[in-house]
Amino acid sequence: MKPLLLWSDLLIYLLVLMLCLFFLRLRGDPQTREHWRRVFSTRLGMVTFTLILVYVGIALLDSLHFRRALEPVEGTQSTERFYDNQVTSALDVMLAGMGERFERTYSSPFALISFAKENMKDENGALYRDFPQLEHAGRHLATPADRWTDVLKKSITALIWGLLISAVVVGMQWAFLRRSSLPWYASWLTQTAVICLAVWLVLISPYYHVLGTDRGGADVAYQSIKGVRTAVLLGTLATLIMLPIAVTLGVMAGYFKGRVDDVVQYLYTTMSSIPGILLIAASVLLFQVYIDLHPDFFSTGMEKADARFIALCFILGVTSWSSLCRLIRGETLKISQLEFVQAAHAFGVSHSRIVTRHILPNVVHIILITFVLDFSSLVLAEAVLSYIGVGIDPAMGSWGNMINSARSELSREPVVWWTLSGAFFFMFVLVLAANLFADLVRDAFDPRTGSRVATA
Amino acid sequence: MLIYIIRRLFYAIPILLGVNLLTFTLFFVVNSPDDMAVSQLGAKYVTPEAIQLWKEKNGYDRPLFYNPDAAGSDSLTETIFFSKSLRLFAFDFGRSESGRDITTDISTRMWPSLAVAVPSFLVGIWVNICVALLVVMFHATRLDRWIVFVFVAMMSISYLFYIIGGQYLVAKTWRLVPISGFHAHGQFWKFLILPVLVGVVAGIGAGARWYRTLFLEEANQDYVRTARAKGASEIRILFRHILPNALIPILTGIVVLIPSLFMGGLLIESFFGIPGLGSYMLDAIKSQDFAIVRSMVFIGSILYIIGLILTDISYTWADPRLRLD
Amino acid sequence: MTARSSVLMQVHNLRVKGLETGATILNGVSFELKAGEIFALVGESGSGKSVTSLAAMRLLPAALVITGGEVRVADLDLFELPEADMQTVRGERVAMIFQNAMSALNPVQTVGEQVAETLRLHTSLRGSALRQRVLQLFAEVGIKSPSERYSFYPHQLSGGQQQRVMIAMALACEPDILIADEPTTALDVTIQQQVLALIKGLTRSRQLAVLLITHDMSVVRNTADEVAVMYRGEIIEQAAVDAFFRNPKEAYSRRLIEALPNLADFHSAFEGEALLELDDVKVHFPIRKGILQRISDYVRAVDGVSLSIGRGETYALVGESGSGKSTLGRAILNLDRISAGNITFQGVPIHSLNRRALLPYRKKIQVIFQNPFSSMNPRLTLREIIYEGVDSLMNLSGTEREQRITVLLDRVQLGAEFSQRYPHELSGGQLQRVAIARALAVEPELIICDEPTSALDVSIRAEVLELLQELQSEFGVSYLFITHDLSIVPGLAHRVGVMQSGRLVEQGTAEEILTRPQHPYTQALLASVPRVDAAESTDSTGE
Repeated sequence: MKPLLLWSDLLIYLLVLMLCLFFLRLRGDPQTREHWRRVFSTRLGMVTFTLILVYVGIALLDSLHFRRALEPVEGTQSTERFYDNQVTSALDVMLAGMGERFERTYSSPFALISFAKENMKDENGALYRDFPQLEHAGRHLATPADRWTDVLKKSITALIWGLLISAVVVGMQWAFLRRSSLPWYASWLTQTAVICLAVWLVLISPYYHVLGTDRGGADVAYQSIKGVRTAVLLGTLATLIMLPIAVTLGVMAGYFKGRVDDVVQYLYTTMSSIPGILLIAASVLLFQVYIDLHPDFFSTGMEKADARFIALCFILGVTSWSSLCRLIRGETLKISQLEFVQAAHAFGVSHSRIVTRHILPNVVHIILITFVLDFSSLVLAEAVLSYIGVGIDPAMGSWGNMINSARSELSREPVVWWTLSGAFFFMFVLVLAANLFADLVRDAFDPRTGSRVATA
Repeated sequence: MLIYIIRRLFYAIPILLGVNLLTFTLFFVVNSPDDMAVSQLGAKYVTPEAIQLWKEKNGYDRPLFYNPDAAGSDSLTETIFFSKSLRLFAFDFGRSESGRDITTDISTRMWPSLAVAVPSFLVGIWVNICVALLVVMFHATRLDRWIVFVFVAMMSISYLFYIIGGQYLVAKTWRLVPISGFHAHGQFWKFLILPVLVGVVAGIGAGARWYRTLFLEEANQDYVRTARAKGASEIRILFRHILPNALIPILTGIVVLIPSLFMGGLLIESFFGIPGLGSYMLDAIKSQDFAIVRSMVFIGSILYIIGLILTDISYTWADPRLRLD
Repeated sequence: MTARSSVLMQVHNLRVKGLETGATILNGVSFELKAGEIFALVGESGSGKSVTSLAAMRLLPAALVITGGEVRVADLDLFELPEADMQTVRGERVAMIFQNAMSALNPVQTVGEQVAETLRLHTSLRGSALRQRVLQLFAEVGIKSPSERYSFYPHQLSGGQQQRVMIAMALACEPDILIADEPTTALDVTIQQQVLALIKGLTRSRQLAVLLITHDMSVVRNTADEVAVMYRGEIIEQAAVDAFFRNPKEAYSRRLIEALPNLADFHSAFEGEALLELDDVKVHFPIRKGILQRISDYVRAVDGVSLSIGRGETYALVGESGSGKSTLGRAILNLDRISAGNITFQGVPIHSLNRRALLPYRKKIQVIFQNPFSSMNPRLTLREIIYEGVDSLMNLSGTEREQRITVLLDRVQLGAEFSQRYPHELSGGQLQRVAIARALAVEPELIICDEPTSALDVSIRAEVLELLQELQSEFGVSYLFITHDLSIVPGLAHRVGVMQSGRLVEQGTAEEILTRPQHPYTQALLASVPRVDAAESTDSTGE
């Protein structure tokens, strides 16, 4: 086994580290603590945040990559170890080979036979056409009629296991948090549901394809789960790249005014006047040309896809800073008129100190709100970009690619609905959770809504 | 007022120049004409001669900014920057990499785009305002909270699913309208219903939610209390006081989008097979036809800047506080 | 008082609670309004006086609920009426005027239309008859050229005119009862007088029963017939105005009355070396016009001001909003650039110094702002706030720093335990003390006080002013005291300058200005200052 650190893995772990440090620092400020308290004192806040954490957890597990060592080929005496070209992640291990059970083509959820008829030979060697049996589904059954009772049995076993594991996980939290006034039970219920679902999926998928298979015979449930990493990473990395640009320029424009302001305003008006989708498409295409011309840079297909992915994050970040920049500029303008900044000027405090002590801490709420809001819109944008053909590399699983490949399937008869449904479900839950959470964060942190609650 | 508009137009020039320079850098400096030739010709046929031939045919064989071989002013005009980029200012879009005249393409493809985009836009605003007004009437009740939840849920669904779902239900299952296609004559509205419907429904979540917050923000203003103290009924307050005030941000927020309607919708047009500018762009991206992309970027920026100017004008028109005397 | 007039409105045992917090906002408020009399409900912010009026009209915001009590208008019990009937009561029988007319008027409707709407709701007047009635009302409340003003939008009128429109709107349907919630607070003092006189006149001529809500004792003194003092949701004292001012029963009422200035107590004229000198200082902001945005004109915020302040002296700069007094303060602090003139501090021209060279003078000139809440960064502790200047301008050892903050917080009567608190945990008065401590921390020689008391409740105002004076005698610091309120000047300032549209129209010792004003503008300002002593003899209720 040989660990493999993709650039995006590195970035995402760095990001998680930074976010943790950021929140630890914020804990010192009682006002911020109060805001967060307001977010988490609602059941909705607890549920959505738990769901987001689950997605982030999946993404992090899926970012621990390694290449399996190949069995030495018999007969060769070489001491050199060879490694699989296929990159595996910790998540793949936890899913117990779910991604390795391929069929020949489509099959519907819990199906035992393929979706399409094939030419087959019977024992006598005569050709006939029928639906072939699936390789990895229902092989353990005595007769096909046992299928649903078997599914039910396995589900009940999974449920019992899931509840047992949840009891341990929740119990440990309960020991620490039972005195807390926050509605932790909402989070615990969500955790229980997620754990039960995960256990069920892991236990049942060796026997059935829970969400069927796609055209290439790959398990749809597995693909949907693999899409999580792409979505979470894209949503966070792109914003992360955009933040320093937007914050630096916005604060500079609002604080120094005059010429600096003119230049920054010119920059963001120019930037936002270019149709975003065209700029992104053109940039991605240009980068693709670059990758194609330098194939020797990347040792595995995964690394190539990863390079394109990071480029996409980078491009999305660089092209989307203008709206946050405008917001921060406006807020900085407002704050720098406030009397505490004037007082700091009267004390002869240096510009850099005024910015770091007085301006930045007071625009953090805008950054935070934008971060959460942009996350969901980026996840949605990924699907559109992949559809246009300038999104994620097809070698890297993503919901956009799933939708794109499944689009024509609706015209089949009977309809192949499961690929779309898989992508839809996973994407919808993440985006909905993020949107609802963003609403709560905005209500808690936005001084306008805050004051309305206070004065009403 | 006129002076104001002229001044705004003045400001547009440096912005357009910036856009121009940026796209030029992106298309010609980052990605050299040789790279373009390679990707256009396909890896199989790449020979130095073939590249040279392609560049000559498409006019990419000149230097980027400065041509030392040409005399006088030609040393500046006989360059790629001048011929490919600055020409755009004269609305001279030239030919696509596949040899078609871009200006003709744009002027014919503009109409189908408008035929879809304008009704979606107008109906969408009307529906959103109506829905938002309805919700505001139930403000601070349990129903209100659930409707907002539904709005957020609608926002959380990818646009692609709206299109796919619409096509599947309305066109395929119920067979009410054709799945896709477009005819310029006869019953062309039949082809428009579904795209417009999908566009409107997909926009309700975000749109109505936004308008609802605008209405509620106005409902907290002091003049609403005054109106109540006058003895006006809630319905009257909503329609006579809140609505006219809230229309100002609504109006000015959407005016910036109006010129961009020309550009059409990328996804809608491609899914429904409408031969508009949206699908034109998409095809250009897919076939990596940078001449078209460049032209569309330029048109898009012009339209956006016009939108900005219109926004400023609409502010002064809609809000008596900003009216220039 | 004899029961010479009929009772038009009765509020009995009114109770209001916060819906979510459960806090008691009103705890059994009772009073009566009589025809032809002004009943003043007076109290400081948060005392519940506005809530009383809104609750009586059933206009409370959703977060508050009425939990008990009764409001009667003639024979009607308002809390028993269905909402539709309540709408006829509002505007037709009981009318209201609110504090800030600019925001209380619909910004996108013409003022004529807004008055007409009230008539349309409650009468059958339509068309030109309606318009005539509106014009008549405009004339009655003293709006000049009514037919022209009819189609004006609120923002095109001055604050006083807007308030007159509000009054016209309230009177349109000839109500019996008028509720005026701080009707003059947002107005300049000279305008305040006119609006109050208008309300008073209408009360008599129309036999209105008026509920006047205010925090300003001088308004009460000059306008009301009867007064009730509210404190924390209860009426703690109620009396006829004369009796009340002669012999207040509650200690709290006494404090409110004592906050009124005594116009007879003056500082002696000041003699001493000049610390700060301004010579023909101008601050002009360019107005740009045309296609090329050429500078076509200037806003002359400060237009040639010369004055000097001595060591240990207090110079009061008085003027109404927009007179340029705050801009002048900012110019001395070098926060705004001056366009012409000289600012010299101890003989050094400080207006031309660069950032670094200015630092030693930053230490010597400090500032206290009007709004204590926005003058502290909400994310810093008081200790960090006070240290800001110390760390930037002085070189102190760790123990010296520690000592200084303890001493300072003690000196401004807060105590060292406050040092770890955050601004939002403190009241406005406490915060203003912190602002004083912050300024004092760098041992300045001149402090520019920009309306330091106008955001504070009257009872706290006096304490802060007293503290400032104590500190002056202790440290010998000079003040440039910027204010719109002439009434706080005696007993505080040695000299006074009066500013009007960027110019210093008159300056002299406090006694000269307040007793023998020369300039007509100073006279007008002075005329609008309430005088407790004078009011006792010029009582107008006609007893």
